[in-house]
Amino acid sequence: MENQKVKVNINGADYEVAAGLNILEACKSLGIEIPFFCYHPSLKVAGSCRMCLVQMGTPARDRATGAPILDENGVQKIAWMPKPVISCGTKVSEGMHILTDSEYVADCRRAVLEFLLLNHPLDCPICDKAGECKLQEYTHAYGRQTSRYVEEKNIKRKKRPLGTKIMVDAERCIQCSRCIRFCKEFIGKSILGFTKRGSKVEIGFYDNADNDSNYLLNVVDGCPVGALTETAFRFKMRTWFLKTTESICGESSAGVNTRVWSRGGKIYRITPRQNPFVNDMFMSDSGRYTFKKYEQRRLDHATIDASPCQTEYAVSRASEILKLGGVAIVANGWQSVEEMYLLGELAKACGAKIYMASHPQPDDGKLVSAEGAPNIRGALITGIISEYPKPNLGDLERQIQGGGVKTILCFGEDLAVLGLQHLLKGVNVIYCGALENDTSAEAKICLPLYSEFEKDGLWVNRQFRIQRFKKAVDAPKAAVNDIDFIAGLLRDATGESFKIPSVGALRAVIASKNEILKDCASVPSSGLVLDGSKFSAIEFPEAAAINFAGATSSKAGE
Amino acid sequence: MAIIVERKRLSFWERTYLPQILSGLYITLKNFFAPKVTLEYPDQQPVIPQGYRGAPVLVCDSDGRHKCVSCQLCEFVCPSKAIKVTPSAIPEDSQYAFIEKGPADFQIDMSRCIYCGLCQEACPEQAIFMGSEFSINAYTRAGLVRHKDDLYKIGGVVPDKIMKWQKIKEREAK
Ligand code: SF4
Ligand code: SF4
Ligand code: SF4
Ligand code: FES
Repeated sequence: MENQKVKVNINGADYEVAAGLNILEACKSLGIEIPFFCYHPSLKVAGSCRMCLVQMGTPARDRATGAPILDENGVQKIAWMPKPVISCGTKVSEGMHILTDSEYVADCRRAVLEFLLLNHPLDCPICDKAGECKLQEYTHAYGRQTSRYVEEKNIKRKKRPLGTKIMVDAERCIQCSRCIRFCKEFIGKSILGFTKRGSKVEIGFYDNADNDSNYLLNVVDGCPVGALTETAFRFKMRTWFLKTTESICGESSAGVNTRVWSRGGKIYRITPRQNPFVNDMFMSDSGRYTFKKYEQRRLDHATIDASPCQTEYAVSRASEILKLGGVAIVANGWQSVEEMYLLGELAKACGAKIYMASHPQPDDGKLVSAEGAPNIRGALITGIISEYPKPNLGDLERQIQGGGVKTILCFGEDLAVLGLQHLLKGVNVIYCGALENDTSAEAKICLPLYSEFEKDGLWVNRQFRIQRFKKAVDAPKAAVNDIDFIAGLLRDATGESFKIPSVGALRAVIASKNEILKDCASVPSSGLVLDGSKFSAIEFPEAAAINFAGATSSKAGE
Repeated sequence: MAIIVERKRLSFWERTYLPQILSGLYITLKNFFAPKVTLEYPDQQPVIPQGYRGAPVLVCDSDGRHKCVSCQLCEFVCPSKAIKVTPSAIPEDSQYAFIEKGPADFQIDMSRCIYCGLCQEACPEQAIFMGSEFSINAYTRAGLVRHKDDLYKIGGVVPDKIMKWQKIKEREAK
């Protein structure tokens, strides 16, 4: 079945498409659009919205003998179905004829939309989905532009909170059942459901039931209309003002692909980005709020001995202190591959050892893995650590007690939490990172760096898939770019006068020096699997990732 | 190539210039005694005709309901980026809580506005109108930015023929 092809005729032209696809996917793969609401490539087919109607016919055969019926020219006739079929629920077959652009199909779409809009409240001005609503888009493209309905519309419940995360507006629901299927199939729990019948059908849920899940907000992305909207994003900003940036979720080593929505330097929301090899179209709810910590605890100015100073001055002081020797570097699993590479060079130049801690957390078997830091594998590949890090810095503790360490260059980690609180008085701590914590407050020098939303970089997830995140918003004025900072320290430590590299130039250097990372200069947006066989002896804590790509790898986008 | 044009010879009266001076004085004197048409602006203010496109303002309907629902379409359409809306949810204790959405703040920067009227045209709620003001001044730039309360105060009431939200409320009450 895998690579089998069937010949189909769509709108009068012949094509070859993969066998086993439904008509909707087949057309999508050929760039022919069929509108749909209830179909979702990752969920079971419901066939309830009828938006995807097409005309379909198969080569005619004599019922009794099975012999082909020919027309006067000797060509096999096409037996057209008397009624349109739903393209999401019909598989392609050899010789099938499909019409998606006939006047009849256009009529079907117009009629379906008219039915859907009969009881729709038409409150786009106050609906958060406006701008990314399928009902809006299709009404523009395929609908009739005026209403013939003069009767009173049905009244349903509006503004009903589902837990703390979602607001349900039953009047806007078009009964596609995507949310119901998602809860059943992905979360494994029935949360939403329909009540009543006919035009009175209402999307609802039990008030006193356990309706929570860390994946519930995916129903908001999946809902084709504004019936389910996110409480945290409710009435914050219209979607068309927001700029989207491709990013990677920093919540865990699952490496969920995300889209960051921002305007004027402020992040408004994070949504999943489709990647069939990692997260399909889903992400955890907790991952959607990883940007909040930067709103609350962003480090936005440099300090020396807790008094504010110019960033340049703090950097030069840090560089001087590093020259005194006895340096230990604490890296973290949120740093990009590029930064880790530079850090490795810096460690060589200062004769320092790099320490790192892991951040264990419960593995939910879905898209939150057992490792909270997204790029531990990047550290292994760049060689700054050689074994899987422990959740504390015991090695460093022994070194400090042994008197071998005078200065700790700490990147973003909270040393107090990692078991070093009683030792920090005796050493110089240079803290650099994007977030404030107890260590930054105590540090001799404290420097603001960029967060993952403010820079470009590469992370390697639990599948050894290297993925790219991009800069979404500007960093605070006083912050320095991590690469500039580390490369500057390296320049001072080695005494060489090289130009501070750009991210692109740095990737080219890494690609030429590291065999595993040889393609890191051209990572596609779906990422690239690296050869992790060198690390097969290491016992990784994470459970295996879900295989979303499965049998059909050519899925229609949402 | 040069063309030689012969100069017209002036008559005696023309050479005295007196007829020209006298006819000029006649026009001046005629207007001196004619009724005045200019206005002592700014001491006197002109009558603004219907349909004049002055500064954009927000309006209430005849029930005194603030009409804007902070859909931000005017902000989107404004070619000079003069409008900045901060959307928010209407508080639960308000009698208009069922409308769900309204602006927490609505700013129009009058140093940017070009009086094009596109905001009025885009508004699905007929909440923003081109008013009658044409001369707006302040001592600071910030003074030229008008906020929601000022905008509603200047805008006043514009009777609404449809009263859509009132109908929705009545329907829901049933
Ligand atoms: S709430 Fe949204 S996703 Fe659920 S059935 Fe209604 S329209 Fe579909
Ligand atoms: S009148 Fe034109 S320029 Fe002025 S606020 Fe409205 S849309 Fe903007
Ligand atoms: S004035 Fe009109 S267009 Fe502008 S935000 Fe308010 S309702 Fe929307
Ligand atoms: S998408 Fe085919 S019936 Fe809904």
